[in-house]
Amino acid sequence: MRIQNHPIIDFKQKKKITFYFNRRKLEGFEGDSIASALYANGVKVFTKSLRYDNPRGFFCGIGKCASCLMRVNGIPNVRTCIAPLKENIKVETQEKLPALSSAEFNKQHKKTLTVDLLVVGAGPAGMCSSIEAARQGASVLLVDENMDVGGQLIKQTHKFFGSKQERAGTRGIEIAEELKKEIKKLQEQKKINLMVNSTVIGYYEGEKGKHRFGVVKRKGYSSIFYEVVCRAVVFSCGAMENMLLFPGNDLPGVYGAGAVQTLMNVYGVKPGNRVLMVGAGNVGLIVSYQLLQAGVQVDRVVEAAPVIGGYHVHAAKLRRCGVPIYTSYSVKEVYGRNCVEGAVVVKLDENWNPIEGTEEKIKCDTVCLAVGLTPSTRLLSQAGVEMEFIPEAGGYVALHNRFMETTVDNIYVAGDSSGIEEASTAMIEGKIAGVAASLKLGYNQNAKKLLKQYLEELDRLRSGPFGEKPRIAKEKITKFLEKKT
Amino acid sequence: MKEYEKTGVLSLKDLRLPNEKQLEKGVAIIECVQHIPCNPCVDACPFDAISMKDINDLPVVDFDKCVGCGQCISVCPGLAIFVVKHIMDGKALISIPYEFLPVPSVNDKVEALDREGRFVDTVVVKKVVKKGKTWVVTVLANVEDAMNIRNIRV
Ligand SMILES: Cc1cc2nc3c(=O)[nH]c(=O)nc-3n(C[C@H](O)[C@H](O)[C@H](O)COP(=O)(O)OP(=O)(O)OC[C@H]3O[C@@H](n4cnc5c(N)ncnc54)[C@H](O)[C@@H]3O)c2cc1C
Ligand code: SF4
Ligand code: SF4
Ligand code: FES
Repeated sequence: MRIQNHPIIDFKQKKKITFYFNRRKLEGFEGDSIASALYANGVKVFTKSLRYDNPRGFFCGIGKCASCLMRVNGIPNVRTCIAPLKENIKVETQEKLPALSSAEFNKQHKKTLTVDLLVVGAGPAGMCSSIEAARQGASVLLVDENMDVGGQLIKQTHKFFGSKQERAGTRGIEIAEELKKEIKKLQEQKKINLMVNSTVIGYYEGEKGKHRFGVVKRKGYSSIFYEVVCRAVVFSCGAMENMLLFPGNDLPGVYGAGAVQTLMNVYGVKPGNRVLMVGAGNVGLIVSYQLLQAGVQVDRVVEAAPVIGGYHVHAAKLRRCGVPIYTSYSVKEVYGRNCVEGAVVVKLDENWNPIEGTEEKIKCDTVCLAVGLTPSTRLLSQAGVEMEFIPEAGGYVALHNRFMETTVDNIYVAGDSSGIEEASTAMIEGKIAGVAASLKLGYNQNAKKLLKQYLEELDRLRSGPFGEKPRIAKEKITKFLEKKT
Repeated sequence: MKEYEKTGVLSLKDLRLPNEKQLEKGVAIIECVQHIPCNPCVDACPFDAISMKDINDLPVVDFDKCVGCGQCISVCPGLAIFVVKHIMDGKALISIPYEFLPVPSVNDKVEALDREGRFVDTVVVKKVVKKGKTWVVTVLANVEDAMNIRNIRV
């Protein structure tokens, strides 16, 4: 299952790590997550469903869905998709709901961190926010629950669109490296404090003019609790993959596109041998192409809409490799005993209803869902920010102004969690939030000029026909905001 | 609705094509037909042969200015640029962006594929250049296939 040669990514030979899975001795590599190491060993069933004991695999691969929970060294409910593999650990599947271990936090003294700006999530939006705010002079704490910074960028092996300013023609993975270097530099200058393997778990009331958060840092597989007191916060928590309803959608082998991308491009593990891709938006098209590059067959792409939603150039790349794209088609069911063994696709009529008699059986071991994302906003609603349901933004989003500030003073939002869009715009939104938040706190290094420049860049990127959806989303957000104030 | 929006496959009708004289010199064929926010091809051309009014506009090649150097091929994130050059004896050179393994070597015989990935002919590799992580592979084919061959299988 390991990818040996890849045209774009250089998977370096890494140190072998021994670990135990249900008492069986297995081998993985340094840098693996527990889930990727298990998968590379052919383990696809991670849990059982609570009521019917159905086998379940992982789904999101980025710590957002809880379908990969296992017991590690006796600690229950570890999200194995984002937990690092360590020498000699004991990983076990859990039966039903595991008993919670004793409240581990109580054994430690509460640690308090005080900063100007807390940035939640170190994807492209959060990294750019932190860099800009630190350059303005603000003290920044950047928190991410993954093992490393980068968010979705570190799996995007394709070259980006846009203009020179957005590093067009550069691959997502290279942009992530550049931003990472910049953060490291600012860390050395003590301007950014970076906490990875750490989750911001809740918002608490603070003194006037302050916001207070709980942050859990994982050390080994247990946790340390921090209290963070900040003057401003940027939520750049990204998004969650959408699910589709069909029989068999919980079989191991049905994965979100982000999980497939993470498994193959971050950990170098193939998700399967033959994939059915559901969704012909940019994500579905790009991930299909990346599967081919990893040496995995793509049977076809099915798309419920009558037209391909992603860019033609991405579709063309796939087509000339011989992968068919079926528009007005969907997946009817997925079958298999313990894992996916195949799927049934069906043609849809103009009202998107299945046409009887058009079913076709496909042999595949993986079904990849690329059917959209939903903004991660739970912390925002907990903080009391005004939210609205905006379909063009992908679901509930926080109302925010042009400077990305929400309806609560000094709480900002950026990137996918402010409405689903893409990395290029996420980076600019992040920059705007970082500069605007710092300016409001009194740091001003040419801030106004920068803001003007970033706002113009953002408008330019959104001005074409493919920018219509985010444009509508942002207009609606502005209208709701005007009504409220 | 355009056919390619359903299929992902362009037909020659969707493209602006150069004349024979321009093809003999060798020119870039840009298969980028939608208004997407992208413009690195414009910056990549040392001869100012690609123009675009606004970042969401379509790139337009000035076939007289273009010298067929191929600089633009590997920067295009859409892998949508090809260079076609008609040479003697009913043959043409086609330069194609390529991001798969194995990478062919000069004089290798490879399968040439069309826009739907269908086999067109067996062709000979004439040149292989690496730019960043995208390879540009130039193959020698029959002139009548020059506007159809858009991929190779090694
Ligand atoms: C398969 C796929 C392909 C894509 N291709 C492209 C493309 O070609 N071009 C393009 O421009 N865009 C592309 N995108 C979109 C792009 O990746 C996203 O728009 C972009 O990554 C959003 O950036 P972000 O910073 O908002 O969120 P993310 O990159 O998702 O980062 C959010 C980060 O926040 C962390 N986090 C969330 N909650 C917490 C918490 N409570 N505590 C601590 N940390 C937290 C997460 O772990 C994550 O690291 C693609 C997306 C996908 C899924
Ligand atoms: S082939 Fe060379 S001259 Fe022609 S458009 Fe491309 S870069 Fe410019
Ligand atoms: S670089 Fe490629 S995708 Fe971008 S505008 Fe030019 S031809 Fe189109
Ligand atoms: S949380 Fe691990 S797979 Fe979703």
